[in-house]
Amino acid sequence: MIGLFRATTAERRLIPEGRLTGPMPWVIAIMILFTVLAVASGLALRSATQSINADLAGRVTVQIVAADPVQQEAEREAAEAVLDGLDIVDRRRTLSDKEISSLLTPWLGGEDIGDTITIPAMIDLDLTVPADDAALAQLQQALADDAPSARVDAHGAWLRPVFDLLQSLQILAVVLVLLLVIATASAVVLSVRSALNTHGDTISVMHLLGATDVQVARLFQRRVALDAAFGSLVGIVIAAVLVFLLSQQVAQLDAGLLNAGQLRWMDIVALALVPIAVIALTIITARITVLVALKKTL
Amino acid sequence: MRQKSVENRSVDWLHGASDHFFDLCRIRADAYSTIQYGAKSVTIPVCQMWDGGDQYRARMQEIVTFDNVGLRYGTGNEVLSDISFRLFPGSFYFLTGASGAGKTSLLKLLYLAQRPSRGVIHMFDTDIVTLTRDRLPGFRRRIGVVFQDFRLVPHLSAFDNIALPLRVAGVVEKDLEGPVSEMLDWVGLKDRANARPATLSGGEQQRVAIARAVIGRPEILVADEPTGNVDPEMAIRLLKLFEALNRLGTTVVVATHDVHLLSQVRDAHMMRLNRGALSDPTGALRNPPRPSDREMPEAGILPEALK
Repeated sequence: MIGLFRATTAERRLIPEGRLTGPMPWVIAIMILFTVLAVASGLALRSATQSINADLAGRVTVQIVAADPVQQEAEREAAEAVLDGLDIVDRRRTLSDKEISSLLTPWLGGEDIGDTITIPAMIDLDLTVPADDAALAQLQQALADDAPSARVDAHGAWLRPVFDLLQSLQILAVVLVLLLVIATASAVVLSVRSALNTHGDTISVMHLLGATDVQVARLFQRRVALDAAFGSLVGIVIAAVLVFLLSQQVAQLDAGLLNAGQLRWMDIVALALVPIAVIALTIITARITVLVALKKTL
Repeated sequence: MRQKSVENRSVDWLHGASDHFFDLCRIRADAYSTIQYGAKSVTIPVCQMWDGGDQYRARMQEIVTFDNVGLRYGTGNEVLSDISFRLFPGSFYFLTGASGAGKTSLLKLLYLAQRPSRGVIHMFDTDIVTLTRDRLPGFRRRIGVVFQDFRLVPHLSAFDNIALPLRVAGVVEKDLEGPVSEMLDWVGLKDRANARPATLSGGEQQRVAIARAVIGRPEILVADEPTGNVDPEMAIRLLKLFEALNRLGTTVVVATHDVHLLSQVRDAHMMRLNRGALSDPTGALRNPPRPSDREMPEAGILPEALK
């Protein structure tokens, strides 16, 4: 934005400002809309990932899968005793048969399924440390003697494919933003080159009267900045409406994973900075384009 | 300084020239000679020669020096070949020659729109040929240019066109109004200050172009056919402006086809280009102007903005 507003009113008239009449403001409006949506998606996904990660980071389930109900009961009690003695276990809760049955009802039907098949005993743990491979190995080793049928699973592991998907989507959002940045910069380069050709005579006269390249570049910077400012305003308003409507719909779904992806205040601030960043990008691109083009002249 | 008028001698060498009437001479405004060249009869100002050029050279440092300068566009033939001359501060030069002789190309070299293909150009004690791009604007601001095709900025008013050199030089708006209005008044366009070039006649555009060229009080004024589109009265008025600027120290170079103009400016030098070559048979061009001949411009000739 160097020297952007130093151009006087008269200087600004040197290059006619065809404000809003050309395609540039509308191209920028569309780019801003897509960029804001891509950034909002990326931020929401990051928020969801962080939120779920925080919830599941130290959570582990121990399943006692012994088929014999008597042995299973003995192993469960032994496991509870062992787990209560471990430093890394912050909280332990054994799921009742009724809770386990209700979890299985959607798949197996009825609430008396425990009478016909042996259902593993389940113990939920909150660890004082992240449920990484080392913590899981420590738990497995501690339970090996007293509860040989115990299986230790981190909650995070169940959601690993979801995490991977969320991360892929975040990367996709970043790539989209980068592509939009490149597309916006390219549009500015083409627009400025076209303007340079259109106003070649004026620029030539200015040069011969002693104007510096920076003086000429400043005129184009301002022209592009005005286009970008208008385009940004239109783009951000439409994007804000869309983001608001989508977030309202997500809130009504009451789905845990989706609700975790709510935008925070910092995310809103980051979205509000997108138009400013795009305006800065267009100004810098215009400046570089003009300076590079003028270097080829005398 | 002993100055001798050598009318006969001038005519002699003019007659002796094989393919042009005159090449370089110092023009006397008060003496004319009609010469017959083939079927043509032409009245031209008489050339003056003077002694003691070395004495003036010692006192005056040239403002522009061309040494064996050549210019070609792309891979074509040279449009200017072996051009060598010196321009001295406060001198007045006419550049003549047939169409296609290379006048505009030579002027382009002078107003730094073109670099030569070969040779050396010194301007303001600086080697222009090797000058970096970023230093050119500073030199260009010291040169006023009247382009043959005016090159006014089409979407700017007459006022803004004239103000352009001052704005480029960073003059603040409040300091522009007076000088620009005065220049507009001086070229008779005060009531057309807000007119765009497209609505001005050719002569009016030319006057705007001239006002734009001189408003910055350039050290060198380069004008390409500056009177081509104006009536004789305005042509003389404009030449008087150039002459007045010249007397204030501006070095003026005017390219023209109009031999009658040559008599309008006292003590003007003449350069003639012929097929890209500059002739200097008398060596007059190499002599500096004589300070003793210089007078301050008459009152009213120059607008206050230029004084």
